[in-house]
Amino acid sequence: METPGDLKFAESHEWARLNDDGSVTVGISHHAQEQLGDLVFVEVPEVDAAVKAEDAIAVVESVKAASDIYAPVTGTVTAVNEALADSPEMVNDSPFEDGWLFTLQPDNKDDLNALMDAGDYDSMVDNA
Amino acid sequence: MPDTLKTPFYDCHIRAAGKLVDFAGWSLPVHYGSLVDEHQAVRADAGVFDVSHMVVSDVRGESSVQALRNLLTNDISKLSDNTALYSCLCHEHGGVVDDLIVYRIEAAHFRVISNAATRTKVLDWFRSHGVGDTETSGAEELAMLAVQGPNAVAKVQSIVEHIFPTHPDIAALPNFGCVWLDDGFVGRTGYTGEDGVEMIVSKQQATSLWNALIEAGVTPCGLGARDTLRLEAGMSLYGNDLDDEHSPFDSGVGWTVDFSDDARQFVGRKALQAQKLAGSTYLRIGLELQERGVLRAGQVVQLDGSDIGVVTSGTYSPTLQRTIAMARVERAHAPAVNDSTSELSVVIRNKPVSALRVPVPFLRKT
Repeated sequence: METPGDLKFAESHEWARLNDDGSVTVGISHHAQEQLGDLVFVEVPEVDAAVKAEDAIAVVESVKAASDIYAPVTGTVTAVNEALADSPEMVNDSPFEDGWLFTLQPDNKDDLNALMDAGDYDSMVDNA
Repeated sequence: MPDTLKTPFYDCHIRAAGKLVDFAGWSLPVHYGSLVDEHQAVRADAGVFDVSHMVVSDVRGESSVQALRNLLTNDISKLSDNTALYSCLCHEHGGVVDDLIVYRIEAAHFRVISNAATRTKVLDWFRSHGVGDTETSGAEELAMLAVQGPNAVAKVQSIVEHIFPTHPDIAALPNFGCVWLDDGFVGRTGYTGEDGVEMIVSKQQATSLWNALIEAGVTPCGLGARDTLRLEAGMSLYGNDLDDEHSPFDSGVGWTVDFSDDARQFVGRKALQAQKLAGSTYLRIGLELQERGVLRAGQVVQLDGSDIGVVTSGTYSPTLQRTIAMARVERAHAPAVNDSTSELSVVIRNKPVSALRVPVPFLRKT
């Protein structure tokens, strides 16, 4: 699967997409879902929660293991992907689109610059 | 993966795109792409697991019967040739050293299969308790596969002549029966709750056996599916559901303790008999989560808000599509735990989540 070029990535394998309205959509990478295997449960944060960059704010669980999801930037949760409650496997099937986890309104959108771009993320994964 | 041991099927796993992990020092596949697909293949058809990491000990000689009767909680005098039983091996205080399967090959030859993670402990235990003349096969020389599922036996039978020139009749083996071959071994045993066999061949035959099974349509399955399958079937995992600190009665396998021969003073008998009379400290229960989430070993079990025990194994069950777990709780709470009006919960990430007591095994084959 090709890594979309418009995304930014955290070392902990979350992706972040800056939307036109200034919000940021967050999910996990194709590589991350592949490592986790079949997802069976996703715990998303609460809407309106104030979160700090690198806080563990969500959990994805595969049959074998639970994995924390960290906020890529500081901000406020504006929406969560309700469809994952019934269909957590959407994260496996479509990690960069339908399998998004939540959106944040960042306190400062320049914080996104601290994240990796797609090319750097791909090299990090390839060299792991 | 540095310093991990490779089973004779290592190259087969690589070719099948297995995701290898270190398991008790062995490099073994956790899955080959999808744990859930592998799990379902075993429930619906047939799957093959590399179990070469297990420890195979052949106990021979006149003294072997006495030595094993003195060590195992279950009584091997119940066995006739070519049959097997499941047993615990206990400390004097009743805690479990390991769980194992013992096959009687003939009157003075037993084949014991025990866990990889307890290898040194169990072999030392045998030596220090007079189980002499034991030949333990390192898994690097032996190739052992479990083929499990409703179609497993038929599929093994269809390829068996390529592997064993003597054409053993696998389908005729009873449950817990076994056959000793010049060039291998087949037992109708397993760890999935399905019909199937566990078979041992020489290292040289490993690849051809594996390839023949794959060609017969058997799905390669990893440690992940092995764990979800055994848990659905209510089978214990040593190190999780069984350990040195807790007795078979604490852990739901009290049925493996056979007191019927008064003269058989096996290690742990005194402590276990006292527990049987007075009641063990703990009780093994099955739980099913009532809300979304996944139960995991180590999570605390609560009754009406107070801690009463701990989850020993938990998983999402691919067959039931629910979250299930085995837990060890204080027996003092048994009446309340059995009362359907009591509120049981499991603490997941600091939040109590409602759980229901359910029977073990979780999955009952019809």
